[in-house]
Amino acid sequence: MDRNNSRRQLAAMKQSLFDQGHLDEQFIQLEELQDDANPNFVEEIVTLYYRDSSRLISSLEQTLHFCACGRERNPLDFNKLDTIMHQFKGSSSSIGAKKVKAESTLIREYCRTGNAEGCRKSFQQMKKEYVALRKRLENYFQLVRQAGPMERACRPK
Amino acid sequence: MDDSGDRFPIGMRVLAVDDDPTCLLVLETLLRRCQYHVTTTSQARTALTMLRENKDKFDLVISDVHMPDMDGFKLLELVGLEMDLPVIMLSAYGDTKLVMKGISHGACDYLLKPVRLEELKNIWQHVIRKKKSDPKEKNKTSKLDKTTSESGSGLRSAGAENSDENGKLTKKRKDQDEDEDEDKENGNDNEDPSAQKKPRVVWSVELHRKFVAAVNQLGIEKAVPKKILDMMNVENITRENVASHLQKYRLYLKRISCVANQQASMVAALGSADQSYLRMGGSGHFHNNAFRSFSPNGIISNLNTPTGLNGHGFSPSGLLQLGQSQSFNNSSNDQLKFQPTITPVNQNILQGMPMSIGFDHLQNNSSKGVFPVQNLNTDVKPTFPIPNRFPDQIPKVTTSSSHPPSLGISNNGLMLETHTEGKHGGIGIGYGSSSSSVSSRHSDFSFSMLDQGRHSDNWSSVVPLSGIQTNSFPSSDCFRQTAIPPSDNMASLPLQAGYPGGSLADVHSQGSVFTNSPEYINGNLPFQGWEDRNQDATYHSNITYGSINSLAPVNGAVVPRGQTTSNSTLHRNLDTKFCDPRQMKHAGFADLTECSSSRQPRVNIVSQQKFSNNLGSLEYLASSMMEQEQDKMKLLGGDFICDSYSGGVSL
Repeated sequence: MDRNNSRRQLAAMKQSLFDQGHLDEQFIQLEELQDDANPNFVEEIVTLYYRDSSRLISSLEQTLHFCACGRERNPLDFNKLDTIMHQFKGSSSSIGAKKVKAESTLIREYCRTGNAEGCRKSFQQMKKEYVALRKRLENYFQLVRQAGPMERACRPK
Repeated sequence: MDDSGDRFPIGMRVLAVDDDPTCLLVLETLLRRCQYHVTTTSQARTALTMLRENKDKFDLVISDVHMPDMDGFKLLELVGLEMDLPVIMLSAYGDTKLVMKGISHGACDYLLKPVRLEELKNIWQHVIRKKKSDPKEKNKTSKLDKTTSESGSGLRSAGAENSDENGKLTKKRKDQDEDEDEDKENGNDNEDPSAQKKPRVVWSVELHRKFVAAVNQLGIEKAVPKKILDMMNVENITRENVASHLQKYRLYLKRISCVANQQASMVAALGSADQSYLRMGGSGHFHNNAFRSFSPNGIISNLNTPTGLNGHGFSPSGLLQLGQSQSFNNSSNDQLKFQPTITPVNQNILQGMPMSIGFDHLQNNSSKGVFPVQNLNTDVKPTFPIPNRFPDQIPKVTTSSSHPPSLGISNNGLMLETHTEGKHGGIGIGYGSSSSSVSSRHSDFSFSMLDQGRHSDNWSSVVPLSGIQTNSFPSSDCFRQTAIPPSDNMASLPLQAGYPGGSLADVHSQGSVFTNSPEYINGNLPFQGWEDRNQDATYHSNITYGSINSLAPVNGAVVPRGQTTSNSTLHRNLDTKFCDPRQMKHAGFADLTECSSSRQPRVNIVSQQKFSNNLGSLEYLASSMMEQEQDKMKLLGGDFICDSYSGGVSL
C-alpha cells in the first residue's frame, strides 16, 4: 500500500542518511522526543535550524569573502569566524547534522592556526553538505507527512 | 507536583539561556521530557532580570557559554554571586581550558552540546548539593536582603521563614506551590533561602561596600573574616557569611585578573544587579562596596586601570583593564580587545575613569577592537568588579562580562581594576549597568571601586577612576549626574578622552579619558580630584560604569567623540551622579572628543544612553579611550577625568 510503501521508503531514506554519515545519534534523540504532544517536533527543529543558520552562513560568507578578495582588506577575522563557527557547530550538532558538524570543527581548527585558505575551503565543503542535507531532509519530511503519524523514531540498523 | 521533596527532581524550575534558537528549543524539549519546569530565554540579560526579580523563582540555571549579549561566564559569575544558584554551562566546545574556566567561575557542571537526555536527568543533583552546602548563608538576616535585594528576596529573607511569606514571593513564580513545597522540603532548592529555612544574607550594595572597605583596609592578604566582620560592624551577619562572601570576592578578583574576557558578561549583569556585585567576593578590594551598586549601571569599577579602559571601549570583558595597567590590559585585552592599546594608560587612566567608558565603547568597539564596549552591547554593562587594585590584585577591571560581581556591572563586567596599589579603592568600577538597569542605575555605581584616593600612587593622577573609587559611594548618589548638563559636560568628556580609538573615547570622556597615555593621567589628571572625589564618593559609587556598554559614560560623557554633546545626553540618562567636577572637565573634553570623534566612532557608547546607569561607561570610556589613542587620552584624561567625572563619570 501506499502507506506501507511510504514507510518503507522512509525507513530506507533514513537509513541511508545515517549510513552515509549525514546524521547521527542526536537525530534519533530528537525523534524520540517527538510524541503526541509534539508530533512534528523533528521537522520543527530542523526547520528552525535551517532558518536560523542561514544567517550564520551568510555572515560566514561575508567574513570569508573579505579576506578572500581584498588585498587591503583586513586579514581574515579569525576571531569572528571562530565565534560564528562556535554557534554554528552548536546548532548543527543539536539536530544531528554530522558532516556539517565535522566540517565546523575543521574550520575552527583552521581558525585557530590562522589558516585562511583552509578556512575557506572547508567552508565551501561545509556549505555543500549543509545544502545537500537540507534537501534530503526536506524530502524526508515530506515523506513523513505522507506516511502518516505512525512513523516513529526507530533506530537505523 | 512538587508536593514534597520526594518528587523533587520533578518540577524543578530551570532557566535555560542560549542565544541559538535551535539549541534552545532542543534543550527546552529535553528538559520538559525530564519533567522539569522550564523557562527559556535567548538573552542573558533577560535571564538576569528574571533571576533578579525573584531569586526563588528558579532552582537551576543552564546557560550557553557563547552568547552575543553577554559572556556565559560572566552570567555565571553574576548568578553565582547574586543569587547563588547552581549554574550549568553548555557549550559546543569542550576543551579543557574552557571547562576549567567554567569551573573557576563557579559552574556546577559543564555539558557539551548536543546535550543528551540522560545528562539532563541528573542535573538536579546540583541543586541538592548546593542547598546542602550553603546553610550558613541563609541564616543571615534577610534584612539585608530587604534593602537591597529584590523585593522578593528581601521579603523572603526577612520574614521568610514561612512559606507564607515565600508564598507571596513565590507568587511570582510559576510554580508557587512547588516552591513552597520545595522550600519546605528541601529547604530551598534554590539557593535562595526562600525564606523558609535559612534567611539568606543578601549582600546589598551597602553591605558589600562595607565589606570591601574593610577588606581594603585590612589588606587583601590579611583580610580575615573575623576582622572584616568587626570592621563592618553590621548586625545580622555572621563570620561565616563574611567568610563565604570573602571567598567569592577573592575568586572574583582572581577571575578578574585572569579573565579579561568576562567583560562582556559583566555588563549585562551590571545593569540590574547592584547586589550582584556584592557577591563578588573576591579579594579585590572592591572597596567600593559600591560595587554593589554597580550593578545597575555598569559599575565601572575603578577604572583605575585607566589604560585598560580607555582603549577599547572596554569590551565588556576586558574592560577591566583599567587600572591594572599591567594585568589589566592583558586580561582585558581579550575581552576588550582594546586592551592592548590601553595598556599604557591603564595604569592611570582608568583610575579615574568611571567606567562608563567602557561600556559605550564596548559596544561599539567593533572598530577598535575595543571590544569591551561592544561586548557590552547588548546591554550588558560590563560590570566591573573593579577590584581595587591592591598591589597584587588588581583584579583587572575587566569589565568583561564575566565579572560576576553583581555589581551590576552589567555588561562587561568592566572590571576596572584600579591599580592603585596601595589604595585599594580602586575598583569602584561601577560596572553594573547591566544592560537594562544601567540607565537607571547610575546611581548605583557603587564605584566603590577603586579608592580613588588610592590612586594617588598608581595613577598618579590618574584620574578618573579615582573618582570612581568612591569609596563611599553611596552607590547611587554619586552619580547624580543629573545635575550635569548632560551633554556638555560629561558628554564631551568621556568620549573625548582622546580616544585614540575613538570608540573608547567615549568612554573616557566621561572620566576616564585617561586611558590613553598614562602619562597624562598622572599629570593631567584633574582627576586627582578623583581622589578627592573619592571623598565625594557619591559619585564614585555610582559609577557603576559597568554598564558602560552602551552607556556611554554616564553622563553622556561617553559621548563619542564628536558626538559628545549629543551623547552626553545619552549619558545623562545614566543619572550618573557623577560628580560635578566632571562637568568641568567636560568642557575640556569637549575638545577631546572632537578629536576623538575623528577617531572612532565610539559614539556608540555614548549614544548608548544606556549609560545612564552605567557610569561605568565613563570608565569604560576611559579605558576605551585609552586604548584608542592614548595620546588623545592624555588630553582628556587629565582634565577629564578628574573633574569631569564628578559628574559624568561612569554614568
